[in-house]
Amino acid sequence: MSATTAPRPRSGVLRRARELTPEFAEGLGLTLAIAAATTVGKLVVPVAVQQTVDTGVLAPGGPDAGRAAVLCAVAAAVVLLTTVTAWVVNSRLFRATEAGLASLRVRAFRHVHDLAVLTQSGERRGALVSRVTSDVDTISTFLQTGMLVLVLSLAQVVLATGLMFLYSWQLALVVIGCFVPLVLARRRLQRPVAQAYAAVRVRMGEMLSAISETVVGADVIRAHAAAARSRRTVDAAVEAHRKQALTAQIATAATFSTGVLVSGLVVALVIVVGTLLGVDGDITLGRLLAFLFLAQLWVGPVQAATEVLNELQNALAGWRRVVELIDTPVVVPDPEPARVRELPPGPVDVRVEDVAYTYPGTERVVLSGVTLHLPAGSRTAVVGETGSGKTTLARLITRLVDPARGRVLLSGVDARDLPGRQLHRRVVAVPQEGFLFDATVGENVRRGRPGASAADARAAFAELGLGDWLDGLPDGLDTPVGQRGERLSAGERQLVALARAHLADPDLLVLDEATSSVDPATEVRLQRALEGVLSGRTSVAIAHRLSTAEAADTVVVVDAGRVVEVGPAAELARAGGAYARLHAAWTAQHG
Amino acid sequence: MSGTFTTGMRTMARGAREEPRLFATAIAGSAVYGVGTAAGGWLVGRVTDRVVVPAVTGSAPVSTADVWLAGAALLAVTVVTAAGVLVRRVWAGAVAFALQARYRRALARRYLELPLAWHHAHPAGRLLATAGSDVEATWQTMLVLPFALGVVALIAVAGVAMAAADPVLAAVALVVLPALVAANVVYQRRMSPRVTRVQQLRGEVSATAHESFEGALVVKTLGLADEEVERFARDADRLRAANVAAGRTRGGFEPVIDALPALGTLAVLVVGAVRAAEGAVGVGDLVQIAYLLGLLGFPVRSFGWVLSELPRTVAGDARVQAVLREGATTPWGGRDLPRGSGPLAVAVDGLGYRHPAPAVDPLAAQRGEVPAPHRQHRPVLADVTLDVAAGSTVAVVGGTGSGKSTLAGLLVRLVDPTSGAVLLDGVDVRELAEGRVAGAAALVPQSTFVFDDTVRGNITLGLDADDVPPERRVGDDDVWAALRLARADGFVAALPNGLDELVGERGSTLSGGQRQRLALARALVRRPRLLVLDDATSALDPAVERAVLDGLASSGSGTTVVVVAYRPATIALADEVVHLEKGRVVDRGPAEEVAARDPGYRDLVTAYARAARDRAAEAAQHGTGMA
Repeated sequence: MSATTAPRPRSGVLRRARELTPEFAEGLGLTLAIAAATTVGKLVVPVAVQQTVDTGVLAPGGPDAGRAAVLCAVAAAVVLLTTVTAWVVNSRLFRATEAGLASLRVRAFRHVHDLAVLTQSGERRGALVSRVTSDVDTISTFLQTGMLVLVLSLAQVVLATGLMFLYSWQLALVVIGCFVPLVLARRRLQRPVAQAYAAVRVRMGEMLSAISETVVGADVIRAHAAAARSRRTVDAAVEAHRKQALTAQIATAATFSTGVLVSGLVVALVIVVGTLLGVDGDITLGRLLAFLFLAQLWVGPVQAATEVLNELQNALAGWRRVVELIDTPVVVPDPEPARVRELPPGPVDVRVEDVAYTYPGTERVVLSGVTLHLPAGSRTAVVGETGSGKTTLARLITRLVDPARGRVLLSGVDARDLPGRQLHRRVVAVPQEGFLFDATVGENVRRGRPGASAADARAAFAELGLGDWLDGLPDGLDTPVGQRGERLSAGERQLVALARAHLADPDLLVLDEATSSVDPATEVRLQRALEGVLSGRTSVAIAHRLSTAEAADTVVVVDAGRVVEVGPAAELARAGGAYARLHAAWTAQHG
Repeated sequence: MSGTFTTGMRTMARGAREEPRLFATAIAGSAVYGVGTAAGGWLVGRVTDRVVVPAVTGSAPVSTADVWLAGAALLAVTVVTAAGVLVRRVWAGAVAFALQARYRRALARRYLELPLAWHHAHPAGRLLATAGSDVEATWQTMLVLPFALGVVALIAVAGVAMAAADPVLAAVALVVLPALVAANVVYQRRMSPRVTRVQQLRGEVSATAHESFEGALVVKTLGLADEEVERFARDADRLRAANVAAGRTRGGFEPVIDALPALGTLAVLVVGAVRAAEGAVGVGDLVQIAYLLGLLGFPVRSFGWVLSELPRTVAGDARVQAVLREGATTPWGGRDLPRGSGPLAVAVDGLGYRHPAPAVDPLAAQRGEVPAPHRQHRPVLADVTLDVAAGSTVAVVGGTGSGKSTLAGLLVRLVDPTSGAVLLDGVDVRELAEGRVAGAAALVPQSTFVFDDTVRGNITLGLDADDVPPERRVGDDDVWAALRLARADGFVAALPNGLDELVGERGSTLSGGQRQRLALARALVRRPRLLVLDDATSALDPAVERAVLDGLASSGSGTTVVVVAYRPATIALADEVVHLEKGRVVDRGPAEEVAARDPGYRDLVTAYARAARDRAAEAAQHGTGMA
């Protein structure tokens, strides 16, 4: 995924792409067979020219218009027939490739969700979106126009070459002699062109990233009148993309005009060499003139092939990025089938055994030597300074990350042996910023449990003591929340996120500062309601408000990546340690 | 749909006017290519007539030198033609990319200027797609348009050359042209709605992916990946079906375009044979016309390319223009604040605010889709009136969803009120010139956006640039001072690269508390005369928050502070509290007075203390019960 990764060889990308999208190959044989037959239509005109000139116009007894008419009528019929078959080929190709591309899109999309949460946020989101949109689109452009042209061109060249040798092997060699060096040179020129297009895509991603800041960061930019900075960033990124696109364009234009040059050279040489051969009687006039048209059959494909090879470079660059995304190893992988275990039913017993966590690819130790036991059905609060490692502990328990050392046991099962989708149905985390989808309040909550009804969603709010809040909304459950839930306040978004998690009916619920933006009166009510709702479940609350800690059975104090205190809140408050200090500061503020 | 053609070509004309030199160069190159190609075809005919036929049939003496001379002439024409092609292609690219860049810059500027209310009504993914794929789609036609125009020159010259060879054969050959035009028109009619649909569905796929990836953490924590994949798969499948429909149409058209010149050539051969029998034409004329018609076969497709790109141009440009022509600008006034320094006095008079209705896709409106009627919601704020004396601190207290954040945003003119006014030092914020409000007032929001930039860049947001006036420019000392005040100096100093540390998209390498302190430093470095803290210390631990608030109080730089808060300690720093409930001010005054007479307020601020007492009482009772 990163720019520094060595590019996978082209053959590797294509092989992998074939594995990923078997749909492309479906019926491909028949499609190509029809396509090859279609190519015959291309030979009709040169043959008709040769026949008309040699046996019609230059017929021994003077021009024979009747023969010419019959010849051309047959030729016209062939042209019409191949027009129909060409349409059939195109339709088949579109069906197969679009099916393949749709599944490739979905596959890449799924993989983004499979990747660990940490990897995901580090990756530029705009770039990920372009993986499943524009990168796949470049592939489709190639497959639907390019690949067909490539295949048809090849067939056309083969047939044209055969006919040329039939008419005059000398002239055929002249034509091939001109094109072969061009084809060989092209191969050499492909690499810089490919690199130029790969760079265009990178610049494009950077540019979209820069522009996305003007949209997503609009509030901050406005609040601090920082538009000038954003304009500079965007302008630089836009200009870098323009320059790179032009560089790539110049590279392709140069190869294309060389093609024009060579095709002109071919016509000139055919006329010169053909005439000299004709003087010696080695070729008829009709055949010589047919060569002018046959040579065009080489020119077209070679020209088009350049275009297509450029499209292919584009497509390969796009393809490589999609394949690399799909092949990015999942940091929190699902277990091998042989290791898969079931999470025993009932409230989850959590054991953290000598766990250490380091940010991937860095030496930054976030947690070390953490050992904890949270019995099934217990309520635990985790407190600590900002940056002490509380959130990482929550992520380890819910298996959003895996420990660098040690292990996390959920009801006695190593968390790494539990498949993600099964685990997250029963072990639910509510992050501080409860993201909402651009839908109604009810739809957002119902996502907590597939198949849940509106009544279930309403009940979830009621059980959390939030019925009044829900009734206060203009359209109740049908109130739209806007993109990212922005039509609600941060606290309201947290209420919806909590109702959603509650509806999921988890056996282990981890609240990571999930009520940080809720007003105190509501939070206290919510706390009370949660106590009822959470009975019979294990819960862990990462808390910055000590009121949460006081409600828990056990408080875990984390400091600088280590667990420093464990015990009931009241005991710890008296113990004169880290918790006592936090408690004193809290009391000073909330009296 | 001639409408699409006219509209699309108008867009192209606008592009040509905007980049006249690049466009003219591309056209000149293309004209050279067109004329050169036709000249080449004509030359082939003449050479056949004067050199090839006499030499091969032995009807007239031809010297070897003549043969080579003919070859050299053909080659010379080719060199010129190839140069024309090179110029055409490079400059066509130059025009298209310059226009893309121009419109992307314009769109980004528009995004930066448009009021936040507008932003809140438009999905981010949609706006991003407009700057990305819609702009690209708009100017894609420009890559082939110069070619097509060169082909017009090619056809003109080739037509003249054919007519000169034999008017009857030329007429037969040129019948192909109206047939091609007819085929193109039919094609465009059928294709246009399909392409528009593909564009629209592409936007939807992109928007779904954007939203889903943005909510990835929630998707993961609730195990919703399967449902999300299903949702995306539905979108992807609709796009697939639309692409297949468009592809089948295109796949039918292209073979027809290929077949027409071939059929024309065959007609020329038949009529040519008849004319030859009459002695009206020679083999050279026949070859010239057939050859020229053959030469037209590939270039004429450029018309098809232009026509097939035009609907995308029209659809893309409609979206781009919808943003560029958006009337909802922030109307800046021309006034300055009456005093140049010192804390600001804030007055709010009869303030009301409603959320804007969500925007509809401009293309959906064109398709005649009627958006669902937008229900008028209860206003977020209604008739809010309050005064904050210069240099004082006011705490805004209210339940979740009471409109506190909206009020905070209105104070610094992030959005404009639906009714009423905000006055800073007596001046309506809407009358102040651009940059005046942001220069004097700073808001620290609940959750903040961290730019993909260094720590320094995230704090200065451009105030360290050379073009900033020296009195406003911010140096590293100022940045560190602000970080110290926000209690962020410790963690920044511990970062491997300090101020130069890249903090990544959305500051994902930072914790919530670290991001909040960064946002606080970002506001403080601007030495605001009005500081609005929208629950900005919520992610901070009590001890840290305490330290930050003490630092603010002791900095004593003369700042008016409006703070959205619940904590009694925070409120204790305030001269006055304002209690908001459901968008209305229910009480205001010194904290003790409000607490004495307003039960709702009491309920809010003493919730924790009461909860703690209740808990203690319960525990005691429980304890006694047990004992």
